[in-house]
Amino acid sequence: MVIKIEGTIFNIQRFSLHDGPGIRTTVFLKGCPLNCIWCQNPEGISPEPLLIRQQQKCIGCYSCVKQCPQGAVKKGPSGPLVNQELCGNCFLCSEFCPAGAVEKAGQTKNALELVTELLKDRLVFEESGGGVTFSGGEPLMQPEFLLEVLKLLKQEGVHTAIETCGYTSWHNLVNAAALTDLILYDLKLIDEDQSKKYTGVSSKLILSNLKKLVSLNVNLHVRMPLIKGINDDINSLEKAAASLQEMGIEKIELIPYHNFGEAKYEKIGRDYGLKGLSRYSDADLQKVRIILSKAGIMINREGELNDYSRTGSH
Amino acid sequence: MITAERGATERVKRLRAQSENTVPEISLERALLVTEVYRHNYGKVSPPLLRALAFKQIMEKKSICINDGELLVGERGPGPLATPTYPELCCHSIDDLTVISERKKISFKVSEEVKKAQQDVIIPYWKGLSMREKIFENMSSAWLDCYQAGLFTEFMEQRAPGHTVADDKIYHTGMLDLISKIKAKLAEVEKEDGPDRSAREDQLQAMAICAESLIRFAERHAELAEEQARVEKDRTRKAELLEISRVCRQVPAHAPGNMWEALQYYWFVHLGVITELNTWDAFCPGRLDQHLEPFYRNDLAAGTLDREQARELLQCFWVKFNNQPAPPKVGITLKESGTYTDFANINLGGVKADGSDGVSDLTYLLLEVIDEMRLLQPSTNVQVSKKNPDLFIRKAGEVIRKGWGQPSVFNVEAVIQELLTQGKSLVDARCGGTSGCVETGAFGKESYILTGYFNLTKVLEITLNDGVDPATEKLIGLGSGKEVQFDSFDQLLESFRSQLHHFIEIKITGNQVIEELYAKNMPAPFLSLIIDDCLENARDYNAGGSRYNTNYIQGVGIGSITDSLAALKKHVFEDQKYTLPELLAVLKNNFAGREEVRQYLIHKTSHYGNDDDYADLIMKQVFKLYYEAVNGRPSYRGGIYRINMLPTTCHVYFGSVIGATPDGRLSGMPLSEGISPVQGVDLNGPTAVIKSAAKMDHLLTGGTLLNVKFTPQVLSGEKGLDSLVHLVRSYFRMDGHHIQFNVVDAETLKEAQQNPEAYGNLIVRVAGYSDYFNNLSEQLQNEIIQRTAHESL
Repeated sequence: MVIKIEGTIFNIQRFSLHDGPGIRTTVFLKGCPLNCIWCQNPEGISPEPLLIRQQQKCIGCYSCVKQCPQGAVKKGPSGPLVNQELCGNCFLCSEFCPAGAVEKAGQTKNALELVTELLKDRLVFEESGGGVTFSGGEPLMQPEFLLEVLKLLKQEGVHTAIETCGYTSWHNLVNAAALTDLILYDLKLIDEDQSKKYTGVSSKLILSNLKKLVSLNVNLHVRMPLIKGINDDINSLEKAAASLQEMGIEKIELIPYHNFGEAKYEKIGRDYGLKGLSRYSDADLQKVRIILSKAGIMINREGELNDYSRTGSH
Repeated sequence: MITAERGATERVKRLRAQSENTVPEISLERALLVTEVYRHNYGKVSPPLLRALAFKQIMEKKSICINDGELLVGERGPGPLATPTYPELCCHSIDDLTVISERKKISFKVSEEVKKAQQDVIIPYWKGLSMREKIFENMSSAWLDCYQAGLFTEFMEQRAPGHTVADDKIYHTGMLDLISKIKAKLAEVEKEDGPDRSAREDQLQAMAICAESLIRFAERHAELAEEQARVEKDRTRKAELLEISRVCRQVPAHAPGNMWEALQYYWFVHLGVITELNTWDAFCPGRLDQHLEPFYRNDLAAGTLDREQARELLQCFWVKFNNQPAPPKVGITLKESGTYTDFANINLGGVKADGSDGVSDLTYLLLEVIDEMRLLQPSTNVQVSKKNPDLFIRKAGEVIRKGWGQPSVFNVEAVIQELLTQGKSLVDARCGGTSGCVETGAFGKESYILTGYFNLTKVLEITLNDGVDPATEKLIGLGSGKEVQFDSFDQLLESFRSQLHHFIEIKITGNQVIEELYAKNMPAPFLSLIIDDCLENARDYNAGGSRYNTNYIQGVGIGSITDSLAALKKHVFEDQKYTLPELLAVLKNNFAGREEVRQYLIHKTSHYGNDDDYADLIMKQVFKLYYEAVNGRPSYRGGIYRINMLPTTCHVYFGSVIGATPDGRLSGMPLSEGISPVQGVDLNGPTAVIKSAAKMDHLLTGGTLLNVKFTPQVLSGEKGLDSLVHLVRSYFRMDGHHIQFNVVDAETLKEAQQNPEAYGNLIVRVAGYSDYFNNLSEQLQNEIIQRTAHESL
């Protein structure tokens, strides 16, 4: 029965060094309840598979035009044009594109298939103290699938981590927490209005879930993305620090904004809301560190999180 | 120049700068001395005695020098980077000399006097007598056709067999001790009444002459040092010169008593080997840290040396290697090995004879020396055992991640198992290691000769053309050049297997003739002093006198042939998207007008290097076929044939003789190198690469070469260093033989930006994560290039 549970994933990244201890494989599950304006993986937001197009790879052979059963792809002046309304999401174009210029983001796999794939690096996990991290999207958008995979990996003795935005039912979260070794909790915005404005959802559930998690004896690691002009002003930071302290969280990791996701928006035909925003410099980061540490929050230096067992919330 | 400033002391900086800034040039001194000896003695004395007389002449007559400020003395030529020729092996034409001096890369200065002496003295005597000419005269037309088509190369056509490494013998045995042993052995041989008694006597006599000649060579340096000391005004230097003189009278006549003497002794032996003949891979001290450690420890305890003085001596030693570029190569030999590096590859770490951890403080000091010197030569590697502490790999990793290519990393347990599989004793295996590029050997006891690279992908091309080489249009394989038909992929593989055996047979038949030519005409009595059991066997190194004799044929392009076969299997035999004749026609036209076919083959085929069994199992099949075609065949010297998988620069040459291939590779482009995946197709990260590579049974080989590319950012910080250690340990747990980390600089990144297809596998550390360089926007690529350039300042 187990293998019947299927999930949709849009990437499996081996040799992942920054999402938990050791050398890891990060699985990106599709679907996210949030719609953050700075999202780095916009192809992961919708739960369904979608087409990714990379115009620079196109060799102009128009296999896609020939293959499309809906007639949704037409020759354009500088490459193929897709009529989204006609597209039936059959992805035949990606199957036949010789150059890999059209690709399908989102593959369906059953739990056992995925685990078999993940166990390929088992020996590296053992050697490095690494494991598997589930990211997304929001991994808890596919709770049954995630729990099944976590269970199977636990049976195999593989260390797991989940990276969550926290916007999920407590039921889901507590079940996942029982089966995983580490929770990477991405706390974006404390202020409710701000949260609604920039992520599309209220922060209430996220904060209450975090508070409850802290009271459980789980290995929890809070991470905060820093977005210039959105959550890095002194007021926001002090407010965040106060909330964290109230919950008994003394140490967090900062993830400074980068604009590397920008190119992806073009590939999936979406507009990017933060065009032209500059990335974080060391000096910017230093300022934030000082504000937070004055407010009593310790900062783990990015990229040097070797011992996750010591970065809990207690 | 910034590079000229490296070195722990002013002395080292000066010597290093001299080594870096001197232009390599050809010296005919050796050639003229050898010619004189041959002119008077050729045909009058047996080959070993003739070779010994030539060695004696050079050691007694060649110009010697003591460079300003140096502590360790002796150069192969009259001065640093003055490089001799070996007309008895390869007699260069005047055209060769012109090419050597005028080519853009790997050139040597050739003066008019050199050209004149070559014309007037060397060419008239050696024309028709050199080994190179004898070899080509004695090869069959089938061999010559294959050689010209680029099926294989021939290592011995310009350079002599060597491919061996010193053990610890010289550190407790003086040349006088060896002479006593020879005398005792001679007394035994004199009582024999076998047909080869006089040949054995001559061999022993020749070895004794060589031992005496090396002592004399050292004495001449002692005399020169005394002479210089007499007129030296500077008191410190005067004392140094007198010490040099004392050292040169102690070694190599007697066993060394301290670290300085040990280094000087090795250096004289090194010069002896590379002067006697132009041996492949020069010569090498092997386990340098383990050999020197007892001297280092004693000297420190006695207070006669401190760590800094040891560092200075070692750095002087490093400069000596860099002063001896690989002698000039021409033709295909240049193409297969286009470099000044002569492949002396020093081993650090590993285990001791009793199997215990071989890492010591001296190992760490040597790693510091490697990093401080950053010289082209000597090459260095770390031998990593499960018994070595992680600190050892971390310290090596700190040097590796600086990105200048040294040291490479080897798996001690794999090397030992390879040697045991080949029948070596456990102790000989533990004291062995790797040399040249990646070749496994029992140091001081084995002659493990590389005989030539073998073009696996070319065999597939000829298979698909029914025995005809499309480039030369000659029928050189089995078949008749008609259109090929295969009912199944297995049938194609079977046909490939038959062609493979055909070409291996031709290669080895030629090898046997060449080996006999060397055994009979070109003994190496000096090298025979250093390698066991030539003395005990009273038989020359080149005639099978060593304890172990192994011949290798090095397979090239396993990635390219695997991906080509995977494409044929998938698209012709399984999916039937293309018929074989249709695809072959596209290849013949080098994909002209059919870019979509090329793209489809690249993007819709499983590639070796992604931990995907579809391609990886084909790699295993090809590997097995190659192994079975070569392994276990007997050699002329009484040894056996084995395979290893390395290319040096031959994958570029081999690619140049092959048309377009089913993996989407365009005509003439390089093949994959070593056992690395085809350039740019490994898209699942380095753990997938090591998994794929480890599916090959490394323990059946005598060495494999795996290159993994990173940007400095990926390996930065503690986590980066940890990850490097973990990758190495993981690969080695899977019996991987060797891995080297190519930590790329900004220049390479710029090139990657221009040619993204060739760099699809290049991983860069971005901000909080790592990504493929190709996946980044141009703007971000530029930013990373800038950052890298900044860091490499």
